Amino acid sequence: MTDPAEAAAPLLRVEDLYVSFAKGRSAVQAVAGVSFDIYAGETLGLVGESGCGKSTTGRAIVQVEKPTSGKITFDGTELTTLGRGELRTLRTQVQMIFQDPISSLNPRRRVNDIVAEPLTIWKIGTKEERATRVNAMLDSVGIDPYIAGNRRPREFSGGQCQRISIARALVLQPKLLVCDEIVSALDVSVQAQILNLLEDLKAAHGLTVLFIAHDLAVVKNVSDRVAVMYLGRLCEVAPSDLLYEVPAHHYTAALLSSAVEPDPETTRTPVILAGEPPSPINPPSGCRFRTRCPRAEPRCAAEVPELRTIAPGHQVACHFPIGS
Amino acid sequence: MTAPLLEVTDLHVRFATPRGDVHAVQGVSLELAQGRTLGIVGESGSGKTVLSRAIMGLLPRHSAAMTGSVRFDGTEILNAPDRQLRKLWGTQIAMVFQDPMTSLNPVQRIGHQITEHVRIHLGVGRDEAKETALSLLMQVGIPSPVERYGSYPHQLSGGMRQRVMIAIALACAPRLLMADEPTTGLDVTVQAQILNLLSTLQRDRQMAMILVTHDLGVVATRTDEIIVMYAGNVVERAPTDVLFREMSMPYTEALLRSMPRISNPSHTRLDSIEGRPPDLINPPAGCPFAPRCPYAQSRCHNEKPPLVEGAVPGHSYACWFPIS
Repeated sequence: MTDPAEAAAPLLRVEDLYVSFAKGRSAVQAVAGVSFDIYAGETLGLVGESGCGKSTTGRAIVQVEKPTSGKITFDGTELTTLGRGELRTLRTQVQMIFQDPISSLNPRRRVNDIVAEPLTIWKIGTKEERATRVNAMLDSVGIDPYIAGNRRPREFSGGQCQRISIARALVLQPKLLVCDEIVSALDVSVQAQILNLLEDLKAAHGLTVLFIAHDLAVVKNVSDRVAVMYLGRLCEVAPSDLLYEVPAHHYTAALLSSAVEPDPETTRTPVILAGEPPSPINPPSGCRFRTRCPRAEPRCAAEVPELRTIAPGHQVACHFPIGS
Repeated sequence: MTAPLLEVTDLHVRFATPRGDVHAVQGVSLELAQGRTLGIVGESGSGKTVLSRAIMGLLPRHSAAMTGSVRFDGTEILNAPDRQLRKLWGTQIAMVFQDPMTSLNPVQRIGHQITEHVRIHLGVGRDEAKETALSLLMQVGIPSPVERYGSYPHQLSGGMRQRVMIAIALACAPRLLMADEPTTGLDVTVQAQILNLLSTLQRDRQMAMILVTHDLGVVATRTDEIIVMYAGNVVERAPTDVLFREMSMPYTEALLRSMPRISNPSHTRLDSIEGRPPDLINPPAGCPFAPRCPYAQSRCHNEKPPLVEGAVPGHSYACWFPIS
């Protein structure tokens, strides 16, 4: 784990990212001006509810979705201006794992071939060297290559398929791993296995991770820092323990109070948010959360709150943060 | 003590498959009194959904063989003819399903879907039914019910659709509400809203409620009693506070320990449960959890433990070597 303050340049820098999708004559602004850094060796959690743009942000980073504007700098290289060939080379460094482990594996191919495919495409090593690497990779994610290697994905459970997806993502030894809701389809006991595995692999391979999820407890468990998103914008970024202890944004506080804990003596009473998230086609003026915020004032409608630092490493986008 | 509203005795459910019979529910007994809430917790494949559908009489008769007894208000309803069940469904027992999108008819306005139900079961006229429907929409917290009355399901968000489902379920004032994963797939803030709504309605109407879920967090503060299921068996049953404080079954302990918690610092190592649940076509001879249990001894592998009473009234567990 690298202390963000000590690290010189971040491994990934996202600056003022916008992603819009055309919808009829209007446009949906899925991501509207998001900026954050991820430092080498850290895990940044990106949390938010459905439709907040967290997955779109992840997809824009690996350039599956073309950003409308903004800059994404990975390891000193600006990604949004790269040509196809250069981007393709760079993609070996940035890998993504998706939510549904079963549909993200080709059902007709054998596990060995699925994990070897990135190596085959890049013609890395001889056939024997590739096989050795695949076996070692499968072994490190807890799949026995000699028993399981010749089987097809349908013979595996969701948790095992997710392990295979992780092996495939890591076989090229990427620097950055983007995990999009990788445990939300799994049972809790399997979820724990995958989360522990991710922590082990991160340590073993020196990975940097962007961990996108909706489950606050899961995000806290794996992240060094957490960023909270609402309706296309970041609300708050802080070291995990700090964010969960003293949230400064009213949305973060509401989100935390709504989370259920397996403890009947829990004393938290959820702050029930009024209404529903507004449409991203026609977002509220000023602060996007103001229509549901308990502290909203006229200034919130007039002025967009920028992300500002309120404590070392703690940034919040709110005119009237909690505790101010 | 008055007779329980629902009494299930030694219920078995078997499904015929080409590989053999899947014994999905293996002798489950439970009672539920008027006005009480029971949580049924288990991972995927534990039989919790099959159990709830068997109680409702919703399993396909041609493929599911059911034995045992399900008595509702003193009347045997297991394997009862549809004619008899139709008089119970909606008016006496109602169900809220997991997926509010596919449970609603996509080509009918939601107002019609509520009034249809009211008119058939209560035999009231069109205008009276509409009034009832509007008051129900109000009760479940749908803003501007008059406008929403004419909406189609796709025009509503997931949380709103689930509210409509709850309104339909409550339309004829059932005495038992069966909620199968009512908040899975909803955002945390919406989940808190829906769970609060269900608790309030249950209390106000003195309904009995069964909350089926995979999430111990959901049932921790909202049930009187919890049943933990594993591989088709009830492995532990206790009043809610007793279960969390003095669990006796290693599976319950393992399940609870594998859950990440917001109250724990980040990077807390999770205790995952290794292995996977047994095959229900050839269930193991002994305790179904024995192959994954850290405390298992030879007796556990050979002899299936019965559900026995613990020291606290209402607490029972199926384990030869309970945690003390």
